[in-house]
Amino acid sequence: MFAALNRAKCTRMYVGISMFVILAILALGKTTANAEEVVNLYSYRQPFLIKPILKAFTEKTGIKTNIVFAKKGMLEKIKATPGAADAVLTVDIGRLHDMDKAGLLQPVQSKVLEQNIPSSYRHPKGHWFGLTLRGRVIYASKKRVKPGAITRYEDLADPKWKGRICTRSGKHVYNVSLFASIVAHSGEAKAKKWLMALKSNLARKPSGNDRAQAKAIHAGECDLALANTYYMAKMATNKKKKVQREWAKAVYIVFPNQKDRGAHVNISGAAVAKHAKNRKNAVRLIEYLSGEYAQKLYAEQNYEYPLKKGVKTHPLVYSWGKFKADTINLAKVANKRAIASKLVDKVDYNNFSPSN
Amino acid sequence: MSAGAGLNIVAFPRRLAKRFQVDFWTIGTLLLALFIAAPLLSVSYLALQPSGDIWHHLLTTVLSRYVITTIGLMLGVGIGTLLIGAGTAWLVTLCRFPGRRIFEWALLLPLAMPAYVVAYVYTDVFEYAGPVQTLLRAIFGWESSRDYWFPEIRSLGGAIFVMTVTLYPYVYLLARVAFVQQSVCILEVSRTLGKTAWQSFFSIALPSARPSLIIGVSLVLMEALNDFGTVDFFAVETLTAGIFDVWLNMNNLSGAAQLAVVALCFVLLLLWAERKSRSNQRYFNTSTKFQALPSYQLRGIKMLCAVSFCLLPIGFGFIVPSCILGYYAWGFYEESISRDFYSILSNSLVLSTLSATLSVVAGIYLAYAVRLKDNKLLKSTARFASIGYAVPGAVLAVGVLIPMGKMDVFIQGFLNNTFGISSGLFFSGTITAVSYGYLARFLALSYGTMEASLMRITPNMDGAARTLGLGPARTLKRIHIPMIRGGILAAAILVFVDTMKELPMTIILRPFNFETLATQVHQLATDELLEESALGSLSIVAAGLLPVVYLSRTIRDARPGAGK
Repeated sequence: MFAALNRAKCTRMYVGISMFVILAILALGKTTANAEEVVNLYSYRQPFLIKPILKAFTEKTGIKTNIVFAKKGMLEKIKATPGAADAVLTVDIGRLHDMDKAGLLQPVQSKVLEQNIPSSYRHPKGHWFGLTLRGRVIYASKKRVKPGAITRYEDLADPKWKGRICTRSGKHVYNVSLFASIVAHSGEAKAKKWLMALKSNLARKPSGNDRAQAKAIHAGECDLALANTYYMAKMATNKKKKVQREWAKAVYIVFPNQKDRGAHVNISGAAVAKHAKNRKNAVRLIEYLSGEYAQKLYAEQNYEYPLKKGVKTHPLVYSWGKFKADTINLAKVANKRAIASKLVDKVDYNNFSPSN
Repeated sequence: MSAGAGLNIVAFPRRLAKRFQVDFWTIGTLLLALFIAAPLLSVSYLALQPSGDIWHHLLTTVLSRYVITTIGLMLGVGIGTLLIGAGTAWLVTLCRFPGRRIFEWALLLPLAMPAYVVAYVYTDVFEYAGPVQTLLRAIFGWESSRDYWFPEIRSLGGAIFVMTVTLYPYVYLLARVAFVQQSVCILEVSRTLGKTAWQSFFSIALPSARPSLIIGVSLVLMEALNDFGTVDFFAVETLTAGIFDVWLNMNNLSGAAQLAVVALCFVLLLLWAERKSRSNQRYFNTSTKFQALPSYQLRGIKMLCAVSFCLLPIGFGFIVPSCILGYYAWGFYEESISRDFYSILSNSLVLSTLSATLSVVAGIYLAYAVRLKDNKLLKSTARFASIGYAVPGAVLAVGVLIPMGKMDVFIQGFLNNTFGISSGLFFSGTITAVSYGYLARFLALSYGTMEASLMRITPNMDGAARTLGLGPARTLKRIHIPMIRGGILAAAILVFVDTMKELPMTIILRPFNFETLATQVHQLATDELLEESALGSLSIVAAGLLPVVYLSRTIRDARPGAGK
């Protein structure tokens, strides 16, 4: 019996050992790639945009890029594995700010970056750098909203829009940032009143994404919506999907608050991780991203506003005209995000139903 | 409890002597369970950190809605999947009607469909601007949403619908294994005692399959609870939606972990209540008479009902979404086929195979050791380890990062100090981290299935084998494993297919430059490129299909004595 038991145990052990060996081989295969010049990136940005730029970077500098794309848990990953990532790319000030507050970023002094990026769009000590701008604007129905009928975010609270506004979830990072900017400018109490009035003007329960709001305007479900600038261009230039071009045709962009503080903008940005092992390469990459070629690609492929002076926007984006952007320090807006998010709960924004 | 009742009597004196002795099964179980539960423990550790005024805020605003919505979702999905899963399993196992042989495996197909993809597809079809409502408006001349009523797909009801049609196969699978393996004798006895087929179903078959059904439903409930993709897309505010809001929008990880622990308590409470109500009822197959199962020939209206009852869930959970995806994939073929497609596919297959193997081995080991030792501590440790399934994947991934990161830093320091080697990150830089994460997440699937299968074997079997001189390991190999072959395969396939679809953990824990089919689909789908992601979605489905069909065949053959 004893021998028999041992034999069974051995089979199990062999299975276990062989699996471990396989794992170890796989593991080593991945770790030995460390000898050459590299930069390790954690990115919130989607690959389709960033990959061509990284390829050009590698061709020019010989520095290989390793990348992981993720949205949630990036901060925790950087914290748990110090040194794994050299640089971080994000699409919102909120995440950069959270990482900075958690002490995961390091200061960078770079003449190139200081020259390319206006000071209001980078951290005063160089903890993070904006790369492009995107505006959060109002999409209005060409058919049902006369030009000039709405000019400010504050106007969205006007009862004349009752049952005519669509937005995505009030908890989406883009909306939270917009609401946070309102808190930063007008204070929590006023912002709450505004948000409550905006809610009572909704046409449907907040849902879908930015494009879905244009789709809803096209379908006649609502007349006004909140959305980012580049989605308009992405729909309007969509070669394969004719319907999206129709959605875009049904709306026009209103840049809000042009006579006062300007339209709310957010940045896509980059930062060097505190425990970066390839710090030099990381800085080189961020400098490259702020340079002529990369900025042009951002503008052409994703229809964002390049931050480097002299780089042209996409002709379509150019056709919307120049606009005045809110120049409030973005860190201040980011600081109000938690309050804004709680306001969304307090006015029960996402629980809107058309019957009440 | 009496898991080893027969064994106890036989081995009583030796057991007493070994009571406090260190042995392979006890220590192994404790170590393995702790290893697997480590991520869960780190989440609980995070929950112990201060979280500011978050609870005051939640209590005065949204918490009650989170809880009510969550209960609503779980009730809806639980009842829906139980009815569909158990009903269809009974029909295809014990009734005869046209198409039965096809339904047997086709009912498993929705298993291969990621719920969030199904959610995208149905939203596209049923929303205001979608083809259905547009057509209705054209026919009836309505002009805006104020003119008519149409059920809103982005709602709790919509979420229940999508989850029910994609998750019922868990219940179906476990129910079918239970029905296939049941003894005919008790059914025959009940029929000879004058019960009708329906009465036998409710009074005999259903109670004896209860442990399996409960495990199936609790897997479904945990899945419904941890889901973020679908509820987020439908703007349904469950506890999980709240967890992500507190974590990411309010930058409050410990608050989020606390909410996750509350959600966990939900599950524990449910499981506890079920065990209480079942208390000491146990059902074993005592007879060795495993002749072919009887089958009732259905005709006329009954047959039509049976066919449509089986057809509807397959239609909504598989045929309609895959046709729509196929239509999209056809139009966007160039965009979606990627040069790396094959390496991505092989990444997915390697991870899924690895994850299925690890989970099943761990599941058998734990379930058998618990049965063998009849020890409360072992039992609760094993159960705790398998509850990670109820935690949202991204949160559990953070739980994985913490111990893995610690080990990495330790190993790195050790290698550097002792040998002067500067190494990479051994765990978090490789697929080890993500495989470990899958084990922590999917153990519930294998452990639950193993537990349910072992429960149906009478302890007399163990007793007999042991009296005849077999050790515990040999008994497992010679007696139990052959008898629960169906369950083992079911568990392996469940984990395999779930790993194929798994998203949040894969995204966070994967190494650099590593894509799977699911991450690929996700990238496109979140960018609202549903059409471009269609091919990827279909490949997940396709890769899930073969094992699913194979599984179904083996279940049929898994009946002791079948096909021999």
